[in-house]
Amino acid sequence: MPGPLELVRRLGSSVVDRVWRLGFATRFFFAILLHSGTALRRLSLTLREIYFSGVLSLLIIIVSGLFVGLVLGLQGYETLQRFGSTEALGVLVSLSLVRELGPVVAGLLFASRAGSSITAEIGLMKTTEQLKAMDMMAVNPIARVVAPRFWGGVISMPLLAAMFSAMGVFGGWLIGVVFIGVDDGAFWSQMQSSVDFRYDIMNGVIKSVVFGFAVSLIAVFEGYDSAPTAEGVSRAITRTVVTSAMTILALDFILTSFMFRGN
Amino acid sequence: MADDSLVDIRDLHFHYDGRPVLQGIDMKIPRGKVVAIMGGSGCGKTTLLRCIGGQLKPTGGSVRLENHQVCKMSEAELYRLRRRMGMLFQFGALFTDLSVFDNVAFPLREHTDLSEEMIRDLVLMKLEAVGLRGAHALMPASLSGGMARRVALARAVALDPTLIMYDEPFTGLDPIALGVIGRLIRSLNDALGATSIMVTHDIQESLLIVDYIYFLNGGKVVAQGAPDEIRASSDPFVYQFVHAEPDGPVHFDYPAPTVLQDFLPGGAHARAA
Repeated sequence: MPGPLELVRRLGSSVVDRVWRLGFATRFFFAILLHSGTALRRLSLTLREIYFSGVLSLLIIIVSGLFVGLVLGLQGYETLQRFGSTEALGVLVSLSLVRELGPVVAGLLFASRAGSSITAEIGLMKTTEQLKAMDMMAVNPIARVVAPRFWGGVISMPLLAAMFSAMGVFGGWLIGVVFIGVDDGAFWSQMQSSVDFRYDIMNGVIKSVVFGFAVSLIAVFEGYDSAPTAEGVSRAITRTVVTSAMTILALDFILTSFMFRGN
Repeated sequence: MADDSLVDIRDLHFHYDGRPVLQGIDMKIPRGKVVAIMGGSGCGKTTLLRCIGGQLKPTGGSVRLENHQVCKMSEAELYRLRRRMGMLFQFGALFTDLSVFDNVAFPLREHTDLSEEMIRDLVLMKLEAVGLRGAHALMPASLSGGMARRVALARAVALDPTLIMYDEPFTGLDPIALGVIGRLIRSLNDALGATSIMVTHDIQESLLIVDYIYFLNGGKVVAQGAPDEIRASSDPFVYQFVHAEPDGPVHFDYPAPTVLQDFLPGGAHARAA
């Protein structure tokens, strides 16, 4: 059992280590911005990453969005029925999705599907000396490998969140209108009149963009900073998923408290 | 600096976490020659190679490549210099998402404005030089260790570098692949008019192909000479290395307490259990 001094030393060491990593991640973020020219000039590099991060994540996003919408439809109908306002089901489903569930759940899924894959790929490139080889060939790995993956993630995330919300609304309509029998016109018209483009949809888009930046940065940083061993890459992947999930939920609270106050 | 030296290393020191890895290395690499840097594991060979390539900044001393002080160059200057360097990594470090062809074409596409037709011809010529023109469509995962090393060699010489560095090029190869790689290192160096630095453990193969050998131990140059001088050397370190003797200046066993201390009741072994 370590003594109190040892516990204080360990705590201090852990805090210093985290602050150091945060500082390194910030410098890394600026290095990505500085070297983003290659990723933007050679668009094929970024398009390739949009395909890997975005297009290949579509299936999981569509299926998850549909199921979340189905559940929202069922739960929402049961609650609204108590108050005799089942025609508001469309509003409940759409606001829940575009404000919260769309960006947050899509962000969590994106972190597990694409974020972990980006970390693994960069981590393995580091382990097998591919990044060093690139550096020795006078090709900056941050410009050639990291920046395209970062921007691919940033661009994909809002599109995936939008797709998630759209599928969720479809799921809510399917269960509410087709299976339960809520009025079709009421479902869509209430949604149309209650969902505000600026306050609801745009704020949801802003959230998904912020989550895209956060998850993509965490994924590329963890891969680049991973220990060049099998265990190191495995730990980095775990950190990507856990840190991304925590970051998304914390950022969601912060953004929500600024965006939807009093509305 | 002598006129015929491409690389001039003076009093080079490198510390890692306060532990000295290189301690005052002086070395000259003449133009057009193949020079081997040899020594036991952990003696600082790869660190020295990375200091020459500018991937590590030494704690003290200097590395001069042609007229450039490698340690004092900015990243942009270093990248310009590296376009004239080639490096073969221990296990090839091929890009696993690219085919053999695209791996060799990678430096050409990154650093030149050549047309795809021209790049195709150059890549096939480089692959022909290493005997793998027919394998250009394969992916790295389907190559043997020796083939991967040859592809990496073709990639390293794609831009016709002035300096080629090899980090343990013979590790894990069967005798045939080892001989092929050794001959390729020599022939490519002579054909390109390049200078080669090779970090390796393999004394027998090195004696056949190199012009000069430096021996490192404990971060210092402990012996040097042409292959014939090395073969005839009576220096205890060189003798132990050339003849693979278990006893000599280099200890095989890691420092440990006596066997009695570890295995008697109450010893370290018992305590650890």
